[in-house]
Amino acid sequence: MSGKVLTIDDSQSVRQMISMTLGNSGFTVDEACDGAEGYDKATTGSYNAILTDLNMPNMNGLDFIKKFREHPSSRGVPIIFLSTESDEESKREAKSAGAIGWIIKPFDQAQLLAVVKKVAGA
Amino acid sequence: MTDASDPMAEIRASFFIECEELLEAMQDGLQTIDDGEWDNETINVVFRAVHSIKGGAGAFGLESLVRFAHRYETVMDSVRSGTMNVDNDLLKLFFRCADHLSDLVRCARDGLDSPEEQGKSLVGELDASIGLTGDEVEEPEEEIEFQPMGLSLDLGLDLPDMAASLDLPQFEIEFAPAAELFDTGNEPFQILKALRDLGECEIECVTDKLVSLEQLSAETPYLYWKVTLSANVDPAEVASVFEFVDGLCTLKIEALSVSEGAAELETDATLEDLPPPLPTVADEPIVQAEKVETKDPVVTRSASQAKAPGAAAAKSVVRVDLDRIERLVNLVGELVINQAMLSQSLESAGLSPHSDAMNGLEEFQRLTRDIQDSVMMIRAQPVKSLFQRMSRIVRESSAAVSKDVRLETEGENTEVDKTVIERLADPLTHMIRNAVDHGLETTQEREAAGKSSQGIVRLSAAHRSGRVVIEVSDDGGGINRPKVQEIAIKKGLIPADSVLTDTEVDNLLFLPGFSTAASVSDLSGRGVGMDVVRTSIQALGGRITITSQEGVGTTFSISLPLTLAVLDGMVVQVAEETLVLPLNVVVETLTLTQDNLDQVRPGLDVVRVRGAFVPLFDLGVSLGYREKKDDYTDSVVLLIAHEDGSRAALIVDEIQDQRQVVIKGLDDSFYRAPGIAAATILGDGQIALILDPSDIIANAQDPSLTKFAS
Repeated sequence: MSGKVLTIDDSQSVRQMISMTLGNSGFTVDEACDGAEGYDKATTGSYNAILTDLNMPNMNGLDFIKKFREHPSSRGVPIIFLSTESDEESKREAKSAGAIGWIIKPFDQAQLLAVVKKVAGA
Repeated sequence: MTDASDPMAEIRASFFIECEELLEAMQDGLQTIDDGEWDNETINVVFRAVHSIKGGAGAFGLESLVRFAHRYETVMDSVRSGTMNVDNDLLKLFFRCADHLSDLVRCARDGLDSPEEQGKSLVGELDASIGLTGDEVEEPEEEIEFQPMGLSLDLGLDLPDMAASLDLPQFEIEFAPAAELFDTGNEPFQILKALRDLGECEIECVTDKLVSLEQLSAETPYLYWKVTLSANVDPAEVASVFEFVDGLCTLKIEALSVSEGAAELETDATLEDLPPPLPTVADEPIVQAEKVETKDPVVTRSASQAKAPGAAAAKSVVRVDLDRIERLVNLVGELVINQAMLSQSLESAGLSPHSDAMNGLEEFQRLTRDIQDSVMMIRAQPVKSLFQRMSRIVRESSAAVSKDVRLETEGENTEVDKTVIERLADPLTHMIRNAVDHGLETTQEREAAGKSSQGIVRLSAAHRSGRVVIEVSDDGGGINRPKVQEIAIKKGLIPADSVLTDTEVDNLLFLPGFSTAASVSDLSGRGVGMDVVRTSIQALGGRITITSQEGVGTTFSISLPLTLAVLDGMVVQVAEETLVLPLNVVVETLTLTQDNLDQVRPGLDVVRVRGAFVPLFDLGVSLGYREKKDDYTDSVVLLIAHEDGSRAALIVDEIQDQRQVVIKGLDDSFYRAPGIAAATILGDGQIALILDPSDIIANAQDPSLTKFAS
């Protein structure tokens, strides 16, 4: 399996975890530590899927999704948000901003992989 | 240490490093709130810290950490959303929760049992603060389950009784993507594939809505699919395949094999609006991502966002294993020694100072020194983390003795060697406890003295002439000197008729077994006295002094070397032994003559320095190398300055050199000899002891130890 995934999270350990999980399944994973860096990478690289945290310093995930969706290169790129926020409100917001789905942290590796495969292709 | 072969262990290790940063950010934020200079972003930073800890902790199955963080976060969230105000009590609770969270993180890291009792009472207080009683508190497990939560589609189904049918349940699904489905990056193929994973599928691509080629719009989907699924699953599972595309497609799910009440799910009826489809685009309905170079990737960062700790720095920081730094430090140490040896051999070879070799050597020396400084800077860390730990000590100790105490800090960004920081924690903790317990008066006493009822403990750090000075001061009543002296006499520490200067009285506090507290409180009376504090500071190559003013307060001042690894030393010869003294304590060198040598009483020789008498000791005698000589005329004397400003003089045979030496610790197999701080290897390969002059003089002044008095 191959594919390029961008993970945006202010937590290094979460990024590492995602890189490892997806990397082991053949994905290439790029990392960004906040929405701003994520936007730079997302608009210049071409990704099969983007995983973003919501609550981050320096452009949060919601703003990232909105801003990225305004950019032409976001067409057809699935965004999954990854957050401990389980409230419906932020899900609704993120979804209407242009995310396709979400994973609730803490996630287990198999589930992460399943969701990414589901949107990015296997 | 992390096991490099196990990636999870590595990630776990970086999670705990992250936790330290998050805990620091949280403390910082709470402190800012306490200082009254906060805004919403401050609250958000604290919230985010707790939140991220919870998130990571969950991934590693650290449940007690997750549970507590969840409760803490819930209350923080009420504050963040503005439904609750931060008052003093709540802030205090937040501080205590922060402390508890730190404990939990450390327990989790070190695999210790977490302090459940403390947690329970805090959780109770947290719940109470948002008006929850024990009964109505929701169980957090529900929200923090290890599940990717799907969109909960309300199917409104009257579920058919599957057991009644012998065949597998069948579903008829009609799935018609809307244009938005592709915009957000969904892919019908993946959804169909997910259906196929559930069970047997018959998939038909329906092309009846396809338009003719000239009418075709590239971004409009014309195709839809009819699927017959035979699978032993319930309708919710089928619906969950479509959870991410809810609202982005028209979807009908019909459970067959049921006579009545066929379950049907319909979402947005966008299908009807579509123009008739065209078959040729069947396989590639996705709008290809356009490759457009971003023209404006610059993101404006607002001031409040910039405040987020560590965020901007994150990219430029590399985490390095401490072992590697240690190795580098050791290698640089070897380099310094090597350079010294080379210098010595070149000099003894009698080369001209203007020769190429000597010029090159000079350059080499300069580079060595620069490399050394740079390496030392790697080990340097701001004392901030240490200070933050102390704010907790103040909170806990003031609560224990019911005093209202505020910690003020200054110079948090002063950088000190990492090892020094680690080893300062215990002595500082003790000093802070002392300041709160003994230094500050009770609230009543303060009010009676016309002071503010809130006592202040100040902790400051600063670089001063190549050393780090850390001060712990209080605005309490000052040292009660008559009482101190009385206790010292009672305990037999000094003779009853002693006449002592204020400084000498103050220094009695450092004597082993001294305690001024009339009753031993559970705070500072733990069998650890200021003597232990002084010993720990000395072990770091530092010194501690006291200044105190009655009614105004007491200041303990710790002076430390910037690094533990190198030292500017004076190499001296005493009784055929080569020794090194720290250069920074030697203020002057002079030669003894008949005129300036004197004896004030038997056993106490002095040297007159510009009219002042300075006690004089023979270093060789003090160290037990030789007996006292009859005649010291023409001997070389080093004038040593103490931290408190007092001076003493040490007799040596010869001053050989002034040079930088690499400190090599004496390992535990050596008996800790008074006056010996460490050892070093000199340029000629010779091993020399590094002395602690203050210690030597203190011993020499103590009649029971000195050999000079004989």
